[in-house]
Amino acid sequence: MAPSPPRGRLLFLLPPLLFLGLFYFYPLARIFAVSFFPGDLWSPLEPKKLFTSGYYLSRLWFTFWQAAVSTLLTLALALPGAGLLARYDFRGRATLQTLATIPFVLPTVVVASAFQALLGPHGLVNTGLMAIWELPAPPIRVHQSVGLILAAHVFYNYAVVLRIVGGFWAQLAPEINEAARMLGASGWQAFRRVTLPQLQPAILAAALLVFMFCFSSFGVVLILGGPRLATIEVEIYRQAVHLFNLPLAGALSLIQILFTFGLMWAYTALQRRSALALMPAAPAFGRRAVQTAGERLFLGLGLLPAAIFLSAPLAALLLQSFTTENGLGLAFYRALVENPSQSLFFVPPFHAMGYSVGFALTALLLALAVGLPAALFLAGPPSRLSALLDPLFMLPLSTSAVTLGFGFIIALDRPPLNLRNSPWLVPVAHCLVAFPFVLRSLLPALRSIPESLREAASLLGASPRQVWRSVDLPIIGRALLVGMVFAFTVSMGEFGATALVARPQTPTMPLAIFRFLGQPGALNYGQAMAMSSLLMIVTAAGFVLLEKLRPETSGGF
Amino acid sequence: MKPRVSTLLWGAALLLTAAFSQAAAQTAQLTVMTHDSFSISRQTVAAFEQAHGATLRFLKAGDAGAALNQAILSKANPMADVFFGVDNTYLSRALKADIFQAHDSPLLAAIPDRLKLDPQNRLLPVDFGDVCLNYDKKWFQTRQLRPPASLEDLAQPAFRGLTVVQNPATSSPGLAFLLATVGRFGENGYLDFWQKLRDNDVLVVDGWKEAYWGQFSGASRGSRPIVVSYASSPPAEVHFAESPLDEAPTAAVTAPGSCFRQIEFVGILKGTPRLALARQLVDFMLDRGFQEDIPLQMFVFPANRQAALPEVFRRHTRLAEQPVALPPEEIAAHRERWIQAWTETVLR
Repeated sequence: MAPSPPRGRLLFLLPPLLFLGLFYFYPLARIFAVSFFPGDLWSPLEPKKLFTSGYYLSRLWFTFWQAAVSTLLTLALALPGAGLLARYDFRGRATLQTLATIPFVLPTVVVASAFQALLGPHGLVNTGLMAIWELPAPPIRVHQSVGLILAAHVFYNYAVVLRIVGGFWAQLAPEINEAARMLGASGWQAFRRVTLPQLQPAILAAALLVFMFCFSSFGVVLILGGPRLATIEVEIYRQAVHLFNLPLAGALSLIQILFTFGLMWAYTALQRRSALALMPAAPAFGRRAVQTAGERLFLGLGLLPAAIFLSAPLAALLLQSFTTENGLGLAFYRALVENPSQSLFFVPPFHAMGYSVGFALTALLLALAVGLPAALFLAGPPSRLSALLDPLFMLPLSTSAVTLGFGFIIALDRPPLNLRNSPWLVPVAHCLVAFPFVLRSLLPALRSIPESLREAASLLGASPRQVWRSVDLPIIGRALLVGMVFAFTVSMGEFGATALVARPQTPTMPLAIFRFLGQPGALNYGQAMAMSSLLMIVTAAGFVLLEKLRPETSGGF
Repeated sequence: MKPRVSTLLWGAALLLTAAFSQAAAQTAQLTVMTHDSFSISRQTVAAFEQAHGATLRFLKAGDAGAALNQAILSKANPMADVFFGVDNTYLSRALKADIFQAHDSPLLAAIPDRLKLDPQNRLLPVDFGDVCLNYDKKWFQTRQLRPPASLEDLAQPAFRGLTVVQNPATSSPGLAFLLATVGRFGENGYLDFWQKLRDNDVLVVDGWKEAYWGQFSGASRGSRPIVVSYASSPPAEVHFAESPLDEAPTAAVTAPGSCFRQIEFVGILKGTPRLALARQLVDFMLDRGFQEDIPLQMFVFPANRQAALPEVFRRHTRLAEQPVALPPEEIAAHRERWIQAWTETVLR
């Protein structure tokens, strides 16, 4: 934002700093104060314990290692898809995009159960294979393993790379690449030497989000990896909740935060060097329609495996929600609206949908209100301040929910900030996780806007506001939408923090799913599957609605 | 963003705000803090509210451990008047934190002495559940094999690779089952038993949901016919069946010395401004009306001897005979060491 003086730019920092100060740093400081200066509840921490036993170091190493490998795998699998979606137009494009984003909302327990229904010893695949080849035992054995963790992380995060990189890719003017081809570069050379460097900021941003998500992964590692593998996050929960050893939990949280900060700091330094101002594609530039049989085959090979991998578990879930004793039927959906035991905590499905969507929209607005100004500030000229703030803004994504939840309890307990019993706590907690997504998807787009465009508009007499509306907004429209989609999705599916701060009067859909899964009985399981299917459908409907909000730009992503 | 879009979104936010700020109740309000498995019927709540001219509000704050820790952390400025759901594995922590107010309820007379673990009555027993092995009846019938009858059976070659248990470090029934083995085989024998289970290919998963819905053949597409669950799981299978069942598809092993009894307590939080009303609520929770509501709401057993059990409980489950009992102080003192030793033996 060159037209505005630096002093004015500092105003952009007001919303994010105020929000993070109140709802992140202050509660965190309070819980650390209680943990490290204990009264009569805990014996003080023996820091020696942390470093003498190799246990915690190996946890940290495993946490880092699985996140790094998950990130690389996700990138490798999702980049081709991002390119194809950015460059080609074909039937089912939008469906594929929606499909890829849905896994993001599903609770891990449900995904694990879907994997089981698909690949377990009595799952669809094995029973099918055994019937076809008359095998005595199930041929495919999937078991608690690192492989399963990685597969689930790819399943969850495929969409992050697909959408952030794909959205950015669609903005690139194809002329540069074509010029390289004219000068004799092969397709691969042109991609490696021209397209890839241009894509770097978006790839780095997506990779960072995926890494952070896997680094603080809780459910996936616990459920699919089995108890032999634990991340720092799992260890923090154990110490804080089961053993009430807050000093140790606090120390582990602090290590996690410092480690994340270090990583982020390195990333930010790397990213500064990779930002390029690009001439955006002309609005008239669209995607190519698929014409030849060769192109069809190319697209099929590039997209089909991913589509199958992403849709099979979702289809298994849907199928289970309709599979009753007497063949296919709506019995489980009908059961959702009945409350035979007259429980006070019965959740009518429409209420749960309403609260989930309401919370998600509120979290989305909050995330935009906090994320947009933060992105505008960081996209400006680099300074010491922005080098410090950029990593700081990402910390909420990798802070354990239980640490922060306990912090809320002791920090937000007095007017004017008595939010302990307030439903506002849910969207606030969701916004902390959603805001980094908004920030990361906006930054590469904002930084790619050539200053010359803005200057030209100013010279022609546009006010800063008009420059923003006619130059910046059309260019970052896609990125804004991607950020909004993720903010919405993160909030729709969030469970960990919600379980701590949600109130029974305002239950969300994931909470309802967990209630069903908490008691034995076929009817409970069926209703959990039905509610999960509804969660997928409502989320998909949300995407469609959000697409409609996008400012007019070239094509859609 | 286009103006009409932001209008739409703000409208949604405003609606939500309106939904949040319900009109304040005119009557005295009593807040009960509890864990996310708590349930109660509308009629029972209404009965109390009408009898005492009060409004009940419930706060759920995560699992039993997380909820109790939040109550302890907010000691200086309590969030609620009554806390429901401290179990005997957390009892010592709750009493040590000194957040509960003594209450000698007249209804304690109807509750068996062996459930009362706090002589000062700061925490009063309100229900209990037995953590036991459950097995898939059909699985054993079709193979004409004998189902397990005791903990020792699990280490037999015939039961190799059939059992799934929960990690005691992350799961409450998992911890209860570890405590059952400590009580049964003693400090010196329990690790040997677990070593045998490990050699017999026991599967450990993180929590009850993954064990029951992911691995147990009696409830899911899993392949393990024996799971650690509750004595009240078979009646729940019948109660929540798709179509009425005459017989439960699963059964619990309730032989002497094979189960751990989890007892849940209710207590009045110190510093409540509505002490008299809070006492009335605790009395109400120990009385027959609420106690008879417990089994079908939470699938545990009522603490009050006079409460009648629903038919599905009478027909499909038995109480554990001579469940393993360990003093809460001992659990608190050794919990971490036992879990650590278990982890070394079973997972490394």
